[in-house]
Amino acid sequence: MSVLVIAEHDNSSLKPATLNSVAAASALNTDIHILVAGHNCSAVAEAACAVAGVASVLVADQPCYGHQLAENLAPLVAELAANYSHVLAPSTTTGKNLIPRAAALADSQPISDILSVVDGDTFTRPIYAGNVIATVKSNDAIKFLTVRSTAFDAVASVGGSAAVVTLSQAHDLALSSFVGEELAESDRPELTAASVVVSGGRGMQNGENFELLYTLADKLGAAVGASRAAVDAGFVANDMQVGQTGKIVAPDLYIAVGISGAIQHLAGMKGSKVIVAINKDEDAPIFQVADYGLVADLFDVLPELNEKLG
Amino acid sequence: MKILVPIKRVVDYNVKVRANADGSDVDLANVKMSVNPFCEIAVEEAIRLKEAGTASEVVVVSIGIAKAQEQLRAALALGADRAILITTETELEPLAVAKCLQALVEKESPELILLGKQSIDGDNNQTGQMLAALCGMPQGTFASKVEVTDGYVAVTREIDGGSQTLKLKLPAIVTTDLRLNEPRYASLPNIMKAKKKPLETLAVEDLGVNIAARTQLLSVAPPPERKGGIKVANVDELLDKLKNEAKVIA
Repeated sequence: MSVLVIAEHDNSSLKPATLNSVAAASALNTDIHILVAGHNCSAVAEAACAVAGVASVLVADQPCYGHQLAENLAPLVAELAANYSHVLAPSTTTGKNLIPRAAALADSQPISDILSVVDGDTFTRPIYAGNVIATVKSNDAIKFLTVRSTAFDAVASVGGSAAVVTLSQAHDLALSSFVGEELAESDRPELTAASVVVSGGRGMQNGENFELLYTLADKLGAAVGASRAAVDAGFVANDMQVGQTGKIVAPDLYIAVGISGAIQHLAGMKGSKVIVAINKDEDAPIFQVADYGLVADLFDVLPELNEKLG
Repeated sequence: MKILVPIKRVVDYNVKVRANADGSDVDLANVKMSVNPFCEIAVEEAIRLKEAGTASEVVVVSIGIAKAQEQLRAALALGADRAILITTETELEPLAVAKCLQALVEKESPELILLGKQSIDGDNNQTGQMLAALCGMPQGTFASKVEVTDGYVAVTREIDGGSQTLKLKLPAIVTTDLRLNEPRYASLPNIMKAKKKPLETLAVEDLGVNIAARTQLLSVAPPPERKGGIKVANVDELLDKLKNEAKVIA
């Protein structure tokens, strides 16, 4: 039986997290189909067809799917699921919102945030804020999974030539409606997709001082994140939060500045390839996971770094 | 308006949980248990809606062992009106929990159901969405703002790129994110008063739902250790290491 991957998109572009979910799906060694449900989303469908290793792209282009409302999407996914052994979606806020609802309609117990595929029934996933990795076997006929993107290397976004199947189902339950959204505008790369991330913590002292990090980030082509302490203190917006309750990142280089390294923060970044910690407290737990630690005042280090990076 | 708030007894968030020696499960012997932090936010929001005159009654419910009464009493001390404990010795999966709650929703007919977005033990982030599916109700997950206006609830949700606002038809389900509110502490007089508030107990079997497990926990293990690195003396050494040793910057 084939597996179905739910595309993450905004009706105009296919989000990179989809490629990590396709990678997870490819570990199941069977045909991979992608569902693109949205409105006026033909560009996304085209991009999905080009994804390497995808056999077929199902397109449900209807006004009721335009804002990815779970109430309307879940019946579509649950209905399609009958033809698949597995349904996967990225473990993003969209995927986490949709998959459990669809799974409940199909009477299946989903498995959240998988880190690896052991076999078709068995998966690993983090529990207790990532302090424990559980190996879980599902006995459900149809397995619903959300995929932690950082745990799977993305497949290529080009090279595929999947066929399009147009779906006509429109499940408009009229239970919910979209009012509006505020999306952070930034020229910097997206946190979860960036190869370098610079994060600030409580040690930054205020939001203005984050300018030092923005300057550093721009020199390194990096995204800027923050610890929960910095977000709770109101220095920066919540969407910058890295950690168990924020975003999970795994860049090539993670620079933690003025971050003590609470368990919740480490859970969001310890998959990074190289970790640098800059903190004036030499006992800060962040140094236990850092490849390179610099015990110094960040207000001395950041200007020097910014100057020396030219 | 009646609000139902399902809460979960979990390991206190300050406890660092580890796998036990044979890797069969986590070691939870003699650890401190608390109300799941996200559930506490749900209780607080319900109480605020009652204080604002929007809600008339706040009912808290938990599913678990008899000791989960402690967490229900804690919620009553914060201001909930009454509590229901559905007793079971089995650790239920989110789908089974959602089925139990669905049976209770049919009995209690709340107009708003507030839940934490996830519990900090299993980190599943599923129950609210599954309950919404089973009840045929709309869902506002990861809420940072909740506004009830006649017949609807507007929910501002924390999404990956920022925030999003949805309008849901009541009855509806809302799951709470961290920034929805800051829960209060119970005062001593309220803790005393909570002991006298009604707490009804019923057995999970009385609900007549199928709670059979769908998944098996095969093993648990600690996450891969990162071996500690080195300390560098200054910015020059740091840049040198990053360029020439780690080769992560040009």
